Amino acid sequence: MASSCRRPEHSAPPDVFYNEEEAKKYSQNSRMIEIQTQMSERAVELLSLPEGQPCFLLDVGCGSGLSGDYLSEEGHYWVGVDISTAMLDVALDREVEGDLVLGDMGHGMPFRPGTFDGCVSISALQWLCNADKRTHSPPKRLYTFFSTLYSCLSRGSRAVFQLYPENSEQLELITTQAMKAGFSGGMVVDYPNSAKAKKFFLCLFAGVAGVLPKGLGSETSDKAVPNQVQYSGQRCRFRNMKGKSLKKGRDWILEKKERRRRQGREVRADTKYTGRKRRPHF
Amino acid sequence: MKLLTHNMLTSHVKGVTKGYPLLIKATEVKVNEVEFNPQFVSRMIPKLEWGALVQAAEELGHRQDLPGELVQDYEKNEDFLKKVHRVLLEVEVIEGCLQCPESGREFPISKGIPNMLLNEDEV
Repeated sequence: MASSCRRPEHSAPPDVFYNEEEAKKYSQNSRMIEIQTQMSERAVELLSLPEGQPCFLLDVGCGSGLSGDYLSEEGHYWVGVDISTAMLDVALDREVEGDLVLGDMGHGMPFRPGTFDGCVSISALQWLCNADKRTHSPPKRLYTFFSTLYSCLSRGSRAVFQLYPENSEQLELITTQAMKAGFSGGMVVDYPNSAKAKKFFLCLFAGVAGVLPKGLGSETSDKAVPNQVQYSGQRCRFRNMKGKSLKKGRDWILEKKERRRRQGREVRADTKYTGRKRRPHF
Repeated sequence: MKLLTHNMLTSHVKGVTKGYPLLIKATEVKVNEVEFNPQFVSRMIPKLEWGALVQAAEELGHRQDLPGELVQDYEKNEDFLKKVHRVLLEVEVIEGCLQCPESGREFPISKGIPNMLLNEDEV
């Protein structure tokens, strides 16, 4: 999660960044806890596990066990892997029900084939894209991770990763290595039009072709994230106002309300009074 | 580390072909009380390496009356499921290490967490 800098993976490797101080936030900062729990809920939803059946799941980058707690709440059993001892210590303090393993994603998953019914990972995958040591090669580490993950998942199960991709090249690197490892699937983007609410979930299917779920808050999300920006033409609409102020006018107000509706906010209905000229004393 | 997890763990060191099952050398073992879920236990039984489970339980001295062979029709046999549940989810290794059967490489266990981090030459 971002602290004072924008992207934590640019400041230090994960086992250094997630020290005791950072780990404490995961047990004390209520906003952080809320966000992580929400993302875990959505990830489990995307996993589409069979109803009413307790499953055996893998939590990659389990950290302090916030996502794991949600898995336990849903009646599942899980094993969590994380690289930071400080974060795992917080998980121990919080007495999480899952088993914890200290490990590096990029070294591969140390489990027998067909072990797990599914895999979730919240805010962890982007850490694999940075070379933290001279010997690291991100594509190789990604491939090692995905290929061992593919093998330790049972056929027909899914892996859902919530991540914060830095740019489209990173997204491509990740998806390429996942496909190379044998997975099918793609990206599901929730609220693609909101800078704040936008969330990326990489949904991978192991051994069976599946239908990619739709992202929330978007009508046209039945395919992967488009490489081009949508709506770019509409942004230039108000360039030729001919001397009049850009941020006034009924058209601009209606456009802004429509934008906010797309972001999923509550907006009053458009009526004949919307953007009408008010009396001079306004 | 519960025995359910141990049953699934292998050594993923480069070049090792038979990194399973890892031998447990435990210095501290704990037995917890965990809620019995017969549905989960009977679903997990086909995924287990039964021999490895019995061996691990023996190594910890917690085998008790767990049979050496898998019982037929275990789904309805609640007694048997309870025994499996105890061994899988209630016995926990807190301190010790896991040893690779092929290379002898040891993975330490501390506070119940096995350390599976590899060195650069093992990847």
